[in-house]
Amino acid sequence: MSAREKVIFEYSHPGRGASDQWPHDPGPAALADLPAALRRAQPPQLPEVGELETVRHFTRLSQLNFSIDTHFYPLGSCTMKYNPKACNQYAMLPGFLGRHPLAPESHGQGFLACMYELQEMLKAVTGMEGVALSPMAGAHGEFAGVAMIRAYHRARGDLKRNEIIVPEAAHGTNPATATMCGCVVREIPVDAQGDVELQALRQAVGPNTAGIMLTNPSTLGVFERRIQEVARIVHEAGGLLYYDGANLNAILGKVRPGDMGFDVIHMNLHKTFSTPHGGGGPGAGAVGVASRLLPFLPLPVVGKEGERYRWLAEADLPQSIGRLSAFMGNAGVLLRAYIYMRLLGRDGMRAVGEYATLNANYLLKRLMTAGFDAAYPQRRASHEFIVTLKRQARELNVTAMDFAKRLLDHGFHAPTTYFPLLVPECLLIEPTETESKDTLDAFVAAMSQIQKEAEQEPGRVTSAPHTMPVRRLDDVRAARQLDLTWKPTAQP
Amino acid sequence: MSNVPADLKYTKSHEWVRTLADGSVEIGITDHAQHALGDLVFVEVPDAGRAVKAGEACAVVESVKAASDVYAPLTGQVTAGNAKLTAEPETINTQPYGEGWLMRLKPAAGALAAAELLSPADYQKLLDAEGG
Amino acid sequence: MAFIPHTAADVASMLATIGVSRLEDLFDEIPRELRIKSLAGVPEELNEMEIGRLMSERAAADGTALSFLGAGAYEHHIPAAVWAITTRGEFYSAYTPYQAEASQGTLQTIYEFQTMIARLTGMEVSNASMYDGASAVAEAALMAVRANRKSRAARILVPGTVHPHYRRVAVATAANQGLRFEELPYCTEAGVTPAASLARYEGEDVTALLIQQPNFFGRLEDVDALTDWAHAHNVLVIAVVNPTSLALLKPPGQWGARGADIAVGEGQPLGVPLSSGGPYFGFMTTRMEYVRQMPGRIVGRTLDVAGHEGFTLTLQAREQHIRRAKATSNICTNQGLLMTAATIYMSLMGAQGLARTAATCHARTRELVAALTRLPGVRPAFSGPCFHEAVLLLDRPAAPVLKALAARGIFGGLDLGAYYPELGAALLVCATETKTQADIERYRATLQETLQAARAA
Repeated sequence: MSAREKVIFEYSHPGRGASDQWPHDPGPAALADLPAALRRAQPPQLPEVGELETVRHFTRLSQLNFSIDTHFYPLGSCTMKYNPKACNQYAMLPGFLGRHPLAPESHGQGFLACMYELQEMLKAVTGMEGVALSPMAGAHGEFAGVAMIRAYHRARGDLKRNEIIVPEAAHGTNPATATMCGCVVREIPVDAQGDVELQALRQAVGPNTAGIMLTNPSTLGVFERRIQEVARIVHEAGGLLYYDGANLNAILGKVRPGDMGFDVIHMNLHKTFSTPHGGGGPGAGAVGVASRLLPFLPLPVVGKEGERYRWLAEADLPQSIGRLSAFMGNAGVLLRAYIYMRLLGRDGMRAVGEYATLNANYLLKRLMTAGFDAAYPQRRASHEFIVTLKRQARELNVTAMDFAKRLLDHGFHAPTTYFPLLVPECLLIEPTETESKDTLDAFVAAMSQIQKEAEQEPGRVTSAPHTMPVRRLDDVRAARQLDLTWKPTAQP
Repeated sequence: MSNVPADLKYTKSHEWVRTLADGSVEIGITDHAQHALGDLVFVEVPDAGRAVKAGEACAVVESVKAASDVYAPLTGQVTAGNAKLTAEPETINTQPYGEGWLMRLKPAAGALAAAELLSPADYQKLLDAEGG
Repeated sequence: MAFIPHTAADVASMLATIGVSRLEDLFDEIPRELRIKSLAGVPEELNEMEIGRLMSERAAADGTALSFLGAGAYEHHIPAAVWAITTRGEFYSAYTPYQAEASQGTLQTIYEFQTMIARLTGMEVSNASMYDGASAVAEAALMAVRANRKSRAARILVPGTVHPHYRRVAVATAANQGLRFEELPYCTEAGVTPAASLARYEGEDVTALLIQQPNFFGRLEDVDALTDWAHAHNVLVIAVVNPTSLALLKPPGQWGARGADIAVGEGQPLGVPLSSGGPYFGFMTTRMEYVRQMPGRIVGRTLDVAGHEGFTLTLQAREQHIRRAKATSNICTNQGLLMTAATIYMSLMGAQGLARTAATCHARTRELVAALTRLPGVRPAFSGPCFHEAVLLLDRPAAPVLKALAARGIFGGLDLGAYYPELGAALLVCATETKTQADIERYRATLQETLQAARAA
């Protein structure tokens, strides 16, 4: 990979600038009416750089990244599948980009039609009765979902239900979300096969239960087989079921959360529906609900009357949990998801679930044959699976983190490491359906080679990576000697 | 093998308690706890004067991989937080039972007797049972 | 199909390796009665040519009107280089930079962004961005409750001049945690929050005061007096600012004697297209002493084992994946791609380009207000300086006027009737540097004809 790149401020020269991009100077008279007391005394110290050096700088920075377009990226729980170029190109048509969020509905029927049809398609693939698109990330969708659960109980006068049950293997967002919604978290264990312990669940539910948050397939990469019994227990106790859609890719077109008994779900459109991850966003966390939660959907929602589309707002949904974004969430991301779903169609979506599962089970089988330990060897993999390296850590003193870092040298992004917390020294591996058999075979070869290296020359593995722009970074120093903004004299 | 000094009392949540000459107590986290957390990068201690209840979260210790609450082993009023830790959190790693103390507390009446504290031997048993 | 590369031979060999005969066998742990056969309700697939045609038709149907809408989303010139680089696959299709060694490009971009935003706002430290301006306001309120140790009330004062949508998002986000938002009245003549309106809170436990500058009406608040009042009463100040305006206006870090404590805002003006409302990004900055109370990703510079500098996510122990139920927020993402676009935009504009943009927006809005208020039946709602947008009052209901304008290809502004009924027929208008004098004249002439037609009717 490329070498390091200077910080942009180090290219700065007083008086330089991409002045071709600037408007003409309107002169000081333009600001005559602004009181001096409210004016800025010194201009902000932004870089002073030309256009070409800016283009080169950020192009070089981009080249320091691994990405789906450049590398296999089997990050478990993140569904790093190919982001089709068409989704980006057609979402960035000038008519969509230039539309103001408060433009009249008369001048947004094309956009609104896409949003309405996206809502309808998401309902169909999840088996839910209503969908709202505005949450801007998975965690934001989770917030909307749990807030709806609370609003539902409150609207029925059931004020004491404030406990959210989560399995111990849950994503960290689940308990964090419950807290943001003013709920108390109760964790329950899973059994040796990765299923929720029903006895613990029965003991946990009661008159304070607001609901349970589940990912299915779970974060352990296996399907919760007794989901119908789980639903029965929670519903009979008066609670609702929340589906964390992080792993929806595994079952797309095969099973629907609504049919499993879930009352409310969020979908990570940046996972299952292939909108870009963008180096950490923007995501989109659309929510779906069963009929009893329809009145509480977050605003705005797109409605259809005859052939006209319009926003539904406070007057239409007076019990809504309210507005979670200034306007319409990550509208451009939603357009990309819409395009993706139309490109796939109903058969393509079914193929997603099938081939994501095929790739995961194939890769798991090949790794097991190569001598790696599966966390749940008796179970089918869903679209992802866990390999545990606790044997290597114990016998060779080479950890999951070491394997992960060494994979980078082989040109593979590392799988998710040390999550779920339940499995020691784990790699959570999700190949996705868009990777070829050749790529999966090459990954197995790399893992086998690292294993051999760990046995013969462990220092090469424990000091990896060796070919990246930087070696392992000192996180302790980063946290103790905080250097969060560039300063002319700062030395790291 | 963790260091468990014989002159201290302990909690199940890995705090230690030292009784001082004036009847107040000094509280910190054990060698086992600092080792499990790894290199500490930030410590938040309570202000003097704060009233705390036994079991209440009253300090935070943070490493790059974990952040953990420290629970008051007994009810009382904080007489001092160890301000030195703000600038040098690593003191807890190097001297968990000495300079790395977190807070001093004036126990409420009867609080010391009521506190569920472990003897060094019992704490060692707890560590053994946890595999530490 | 579905971008799946497998040949029939691949599938056969993979199934054999697994030891099953059919794809369906891979789902044998799922109760049979739950498995569906097909997705009725989802249309058949389109190929790329077909979806291209459909989307082009829909985008064209939405037209390209001459827009004088602002209200939190602003039409600015975006240099072509911004999105040409931002949509490079290495930025576009990368994940959150957890594997620092393979993500230095994203990490360094965030570090540069943090530096630029901190300098623009005059604050000490910035995070890597939030979902949007509204959610940043909500998170700032939650953060203030954690940061203000002297307050136990979780009570936030919110002027009526703060964007109405931001206020609603703050309530929807934070009320579940017991925060109370109390509205401060504004002066209906001046369109600003009088510092005197704070007097009645003296002696009470207040956690934070929100101040938007320029405010929703485009008017300039007396930020120094409001900030100093707050600090004199142990109240934290949350500034809500427009980043373009900060090229010219006093940055939050310099408000009053001590500066604001938290500064947030909508980042969209920094190189992000309007795009029907998103994706945008929020920015959030604060004092170093509150950095551990700040939600969201933060990048720091450090050294690698060889002693070379590099960048990494830091202060992660605040976050949900470690702290779980006790995290500062459940947020995982930033708006990485938008933050990337903004960093490139700020680099190209620099302080000088941004100042020219701000000054041109201001000049155009003044010209617009002057032109429109020369018409009978149109007058300014407030006296005193505006920045970047202004409120006009009409002598008849605004909605039909706006509808008539839209029919002639002009978005004439935002009808404030639903938000501020006490103002009467009020219109929030905005003209950025993208508007020419000819555009303004077209609006004036069309409005004149529209009003004349309405009077004649």
